[in-house]
Amino acid sequence: MAVSRMKKNHTAYLFVLPALLGCLLFTVYPVGYVIYLSLLSWDLISPDKIFVGLDNYKNLLTSPEFQRVLLNSFTYMVVTVAISISVALLLAVWLNKRTKLHSFVQTSIFTPHIISLVSVAMLWMWIMDPEYGLLNYILSWLGGPRLLWLDSPDTALLSVMIVGIWKVIGYNVLILVAGLQSIPSYIYESAKLDMANKLTTFFKITIPLLSPTLFFLFIVNVTSSFQVFDSVRVMTQGGPVNSTNVLVHWIYQTGFEFYRIGEAATGSVFLFIIVALATFANFKLLASKVHYQ
Amino acid sequence: MAKIQFKDVTKVYDKKNKVIEHLNLEIENGSFTVLVGPSGCGKTTALRMLAGLEEVSAGRIFIGDEDVTVKEPGDREIAMVFQNYAIYPHMTIRENIDFGLKNAKVPKETREQIVKEVITLVGLEGYEEVKPSKLSGGQRQRVALARAISKKPKVFLMDEPLSNLDAKLRNQMRTELIQLHHKLKSTFIYVTHDQIEAMTMGDKIVIMNQGEIHQAGSPREIYNDPRNIFVAQFIGDPGMNGIKLTSGYTFGFRPRKVTFQKSGEFNGIEFKGIVLTREILGSEVLYCLDTAFGKIMLKTNDETHQSDDQVMLYVEKSDLYFFDREENRIYDKEQIETLYKEVVSA
Repeated sequence: MAVSRMKKNHTAYLFVLPALLGCLLFTVYPVGYVIYLSLLSWDLISPDKIFVGLDNYKNLLTSPEFQRVLLNSFTYMVVTVAISISVALLLAVWLNKRTKLHSFVQTSIFTPHIISLVSVAMLWMWIMDPEYGLLNYILSWLGGPRLLWLDSPDTALLSVMIVGIWKVIGYNVLILVAGLQSIPSYIYESAKLDMANKLTTFFKITIPLLSPTLFFLFIVNVTSSFQVFDSVRVMTQGGPVNSTNVLVHWIYQTGFEFYRIGEAATGSVFLFIIVALATFANFKLLASKVHYQ
Repeated sequence: MAKIQFKDVTKVYDKKNKVIEHLNLEIENGSFTVLVGPSGCGKTTALRMLAGLEEVSAGRIFIGDEDVTVKEPGDREIAMVFQNYAIYPHMTIRENIDFGLKNAKVPKETREQIVKEVITLVGLEGYEEVKPSKLSGGQRQRVALARAISKKPKVFLMDEPLSNLDAKLRNQMRTELIQLHHKLKSTFIYVTHDQIEAMTMGDKIVIMNQGEIHQAGSPREIYNDPRNIFVAQFIGDPGMNGIKLTSGYTFGFRPRKVTFQKSGEFNGIEFKGIVLTREILGSEVLYCLDTAFGKIMLKTNDETHQSDDQVMLYVEKSDLYFFDREENRIYDKEQIETLYKEVVSA
């Protein structure tokens, strides 16, 4: 039965073969290979690959440095996702009108999204420069304290998060405005006739009807913020004193600066598990709250 | 319950596009008034201004003795049923009805009772906890109705509420709406482009075209005594046959009033025709005929004639309507007599 169906469909299988091969070669094989590497102790150059079993996993989980890296990653994720989505939502509600000013503002907010993160990071390094930077200039003009920004362990992660938020917010606004425009105007007219005030309308009508869009953004933002790398690489290299070292940057450092391939691969497996778990949890916890039309 | 007045109301879009100009209309308390006209005639705009969903550019609107021109929609004691139902897709049927009551700060117990009452009234028991996506079009329209009724409004506004339903359901809902009006005794204002709906439902019909009222009156009045060609041809299924004379005047007659046979004391016009098409509508038949006056429609119970048949056609003089060059009805007897002679000689 199964074989005959195989035969019957063999032309179809032939058609999907190229895509399947690509998937095997570029997704399944690398994942398998990373898991294999995570069981080794290897320095990338020496021919000896020593099999160490789960030692890498044990070592990492007990290493204060790696715990710090995980904490940084989580902090970065929680703060950037919370702020970028909520601020984007407010902006989107305000921008959901068709005047010249609104489209100008929307375009301006979206622009960071299309600039390479490396250029953005360079720009912000100048803005955050403690001596000549624009931010400190504004702060002192307002009578506030001058901050060290990227140079202090206390503010470095915050600085990197500001850049991350600034970069992603335009994209979020764009998607949310599209979501808002898909809510028909007569629903709002109904709400007006139902004596709903602005706040009630926002929480009882707009948010629920926007929930598929919000859910999509949430998943995308959580995933991408766990994978942040460029800005950290360019602005801080994980410093000062590991205060901005996030998972992907740590993997890069461990693998290609310290040549501890086994540990780096283990970190990658952790990242894979975390992102998978986060996505799974999102679907489990939020999917029931999402209303699809 | 309340009387409604439009006083010199004008609506202009984008500072130049006049949709309604100097609309004056009084709608009686407790009436079932139908605003009818072709699309773009301003009927929906008038209704939306009354609802407060559209700003009034000039003039005043009164509900009862109260000037509501600048009042918020929620404060006008009206309820509206939209063409596309406009029920909240993410709320259950109960929540949909409850939402407005909650915002109006009705106590919980009263709310529960009202919701139960209206759901029973529209026959949706058992669907309380169901989302609208699980309902058919007709059921959704009932939810919209239930929501409107729950508010116990002075005025019900309905904007083509049946046009998204299929023909059978539309007929059924039509009857139900009429019954509902009898039961609630509130003022109903109903907008439609469908003259059959207007004729069957309204106890007063307001015919609009290009932002102006052409005629207002009872269905019978409007059918029998149209003031101009537009009304004569808009009302009726099909509308009145209109034939332009060389003098620029027009005469017309209802398709139901053309016959294949002469009656005993016939006093009227007779002319030849060729059957172009024949549509059997059930008990009635609609013929389209080619005549010396051009194409005319004829409605009868006689289905004996076929396409291409040559027939004689008769219209009583008393069934003829005459209109002047401005397309307004002529009532002057002498003028009618002169024009009749022109018709006979033509």
